[in-house]
Amino acid sequence: MRVELRGITKTFGSLVATDDVSLTVEPGEVHGLLGENGAGKSTLMNVLFGMLHADHGEILIDGEHATFRGPGDAVRLGIGMVHQHFMLVPVFSVTENVVLGSEPTRFGQLLDYRKARARIRDVSTQFGLDVDPDSLVEDLPVGIQQRVEILKALNRDAKALILDEPTAVLTPQETEALFAIMRSLTKSGRSVLFITHKLKEVLEIADRITVMRRGKVVGTTTPRESSEALLAEMMVGRSVNLVVAKTLAAPTDSVLQLHELRVIDDRNILTVDGVSLDVHAGEILAIAGVQGNGQTELVEAITGLRKPVGGTVVLDGVNVTGASPRAMLDRGLAHIPEDRQHDGLVLPMSVADNLVLDQHSSPVFASFGTRKLSAVREHASEMIEEFDIRTDSSQVPVQTLSGGNQQKVIVARELSRPIRLLVAAQPTRGLDIGSIEYVHRRIVAERDKGLAVLVVSSELDEVMALGDRIAVMYEGQIVGIVDPSVGREQIGLMMAGITPQSAATLESSAS
Amino acid sequence: MGNVTTTQPHLEFAAPRHETVVVSTLRTTGIGVFLCLLGVLCALGFGVDVGPNVVASFTVNYATSNLVSAFTVHTEWVSIALGGLCLLLGIFLIIRPRFRFPVILLSVGFLATLFCLLMWAQRSTPDLPMSLGGFVTGSLSYATILIFGSLSGAMCERSGVVNIAIEGQFLAGAFCGSLVGSAVGNAASVDMGYLAGGVAGIAIGALFGAILAYFALRFGANQIIVGIVLVLLATGLTGYLNFQILDVYQNLNAGNVALPIGIPYLDQIPLLGPALFDQNVYAYIADVLVVVVSFALFRTRWGLRVRAVGEHPKAAETVGINVIRTRYKSVILGGAIAGLGGAYYTLGLAGGFSPGLTGGLGYIALAVMIFGQWRPYRCLGAAALFGSMFVLQNYLQVYNTGINNALLVMLPYLVTIVVVTGLVGRVRPPAADGIPYSRE
Repeated sequence: MRVELRGITKTFGSLVATDDVSLTVEPGEVHGLLGENGAGKSTLMNVLFGMLHADHGEILIDGEHATFRGPGDAVRLGIGMVHQHFMLVPVFSVTENVVLGSEPTRFGQLLDYRKARARIRDVSTQFGLDVDPDSLVEDLPVGIQQRVEILKALNRDAKALILDEPTAVLTPQETEALFAIMRSLTKSGRSVLFITHKLKEVLEIADRITVMRRGKVVGTTTPRESSEALLAEMMVGRSVNLVVAKTLAAPTDSVLQLHELRVIDDRNILTVDGVSLDVHAGEILAIAGVQGNGQTELVEAITGLRKPVGGTVVLDGVNVTGASPRAMLDRGLAHIPEDRQHDGLVLPMSVADNLVLDQHSSPVFASFGTRKLSAVREHASEMIEEFDIRTDSSQVPVQTLSGGNQQKVIVARELSRPIRLLVAAQPTRGLDIGSIEYVHRRIVAERDKGLAVLVVSSELDEVMALGDRIAVMYEGQIVGIVDPSVGREQIGLMMAGITPQSAATLESSAS
Repeated sequence: MGNVTTTQPHLEFAAPRHETVVVSTLRTTGIGVFLCLLGVLCALGFGVDVGPNVVASFTVNYATSNLVSAFTVHTEWVSIALGGLCLLLGIFLIIRPRFRFPVILLSVGFLATLFCLLMWAQRSTPDLPMSLGGFVTGSLSYATILIFGSLSGAMCERSGVVNIAIEGQFLAGAFCGSLVGSAVGNAASVDMGYLAGGVAGIAIGALFGAILAYFALRFGANQIIVGIVLVLLATGLTGYLNFQILDVYQNLNAGNVALPIGIPYLDQIPLLGPALFDQNVYAYIADVLVVVVSFALFRTRWGLRVRAVGEHPKAAETVGINVIRTRYKSVILGGAIAGLGGAYYTLGLAGGFSPGLTGGLGYIALAVMIFGQWRPYRCLGAAALFGSMFVLQNYLQVYNTGINNALLVMLPYLVTIVVVTGLVGRVRPPAADGIPYSRE
């Protein structure tokens, strides 16, 4: 199916999310839509899927004008979408999720599960999407959940499929499997719109690539005519340095030691299952792994936010297992949390107040139970200067800042105390390339000052760029700790739970 | 390399990841301990406490029937025996924490404790026999109103809207039921009055549901606050209109109660027969509603969509389901059910309207709904439990138990708190419950 967007403009208040964007997806092609977070990709796709109404512009399906009052209309015209945050009901079965909205029934209302199951089996064999129709969605790993999403669209006979950042939650191997599915879709004449900010992936799978920046289309190209560097430049608007400049690490004493750490999550499931690690001063230990393999709970256990059920945490030779977050901060822990808006900042509070969240009661900023506001303000202007935080003033709510500058506020706050250990979880998630560069440089600088650094990231590129050693986590356990020089492929296999030894054998036998 | 075949790595993800659940048996163990405590309470508190040679007498059938079917039991020994039973059940659960139906054992222990309590209550008045049939029938009368309420709550919350206005819908339904029922009953026949009163209750309940839906869905107002305001509105309005209309024209609050309709043979079953199969038409409707609502929610397309909207409205929207419209329908329907419950209260139970007559049952119904985990059949069981607490409280006031009546009146509410906080454990409401929906 041929999908054409002409001059789509959509504004939210004063923000122009997409500005006169035109784009054509030909039948049977994978069209890559590349852009940084906030470039307007998701807005554009939500317009195409009928979730949002454009202020100007038109949509043509196979040359015919189409107007969407809601996603229902888009679905009827053959557009399917796999959202970045899956649109699946966790407590429903695969079958129920797939047929929702187009349920086969008997006697008008009675759900016909047998027919539904048969239909799912048909579609899944046709495209090689293997899932058990009766399992509950919440019990499935994300890779399989994504298949359910694709099944859902195909069950509705989608001719054009929008995939919004589909690889964000996948291992490299799962990504390959997804690409295979995408190829089988285009072979059957369907078109695929692949939204991403990952350069390597778009070069690998797309037939054509459209790059967006700040709501506008920068240009359309093909993988043959472009390269990572070229695409990055189109995305950012200037040439960028894709590698982090750093010297060899000079590790000294061990600062953080984890021994057989066991942590359970909110659902009482053992998500960290006997993790032992050692982080030295002057090195960056990066923890790789697909999201949801226990990294979150591991970080919470180290930072005192969650009490482990077993094992020990030792900081500078002192057993701090189960110590309060306050005690951990006082012992020299700095923490960049993975969800900065939820856990890292109090959004409606001012930049200045956010900069002293962890020290508001220290004698520098308060005395006799009263805050010293001038000291807070002075501290804020110093930090804004030093960390290059772009803000009108230190008194505006921190939520008015861009994502990159919000992250700088957190980094500034955490690094402005005397610290021994930096724990940075997903430190660049959702940031623009400029901010990513800054945060990375800063983390390396802290390492060089002799700090012990633990970085947790689900972005393989980031782990490879920052880590002096890389620990790969899978299902709550450390599969192995390796040198980054072993290469992406092997770390990717380890992220799927395959141990370094067998990963190495697999590699050699494959080549 | 010979024995390492080139397996496709991605195939391995098809297997669901194994998860180690660490504390899943805690609740069962907790129920076991609780049963043991009940056992000790029965044996020592109700049994040994009264001493030897004290007896308790009961009648099985309706209070109206004669005392032929009365029987007498020895309080101390029976209490000790039932206490022992509770202890055994409790110990069984502690030893076997993976037993799958702990709630069934808990119910048995609960009934045993209840019986011991009733025997104990008679210790100083052995010649005043207690009607077990009346106890069961009374429990079910209270249960019926709670069924209406909890079904109403479940209906709304399954779609993602909290209906805390059930109490208000009860009051409005009770008032309109009595008014319209009496008016039509006076003009036409009493039976037509019951029909018209029921319809009036449904209509006013639906109207209150529609108001809640309008503010909650059109303006995204806080559903709890709108609900509370509606309760206050209904309380004030029915009180005022009662003063202005029903007090003046007392034939509009005639006080007729729908007569029970016996189902042949089934109503002869001892104890349960009269309670279950000799009820009035409203109570039968409540029972049928449990089946109908359960079937509709879990077996039909409509129900699947309602639940999808209550769990993940955006997902529902992306497959072309109109979230707002679905919620409107559910909330209005839920209001109608509660309104009918109100009509039952005047036309099927109390006989006439008086201000504030439902006395917070609408809120208890929400506790029933939570205890029943938003599932109609479980709500039925929970309603029976809470209903029995109201009757127990009435019974204990009659006998000289040495417990202050003001304290006894608190009993159902106390049980509500204990059950909702302790026994229910962590229940999972619909994920989008109470959260206003907006596109983006």
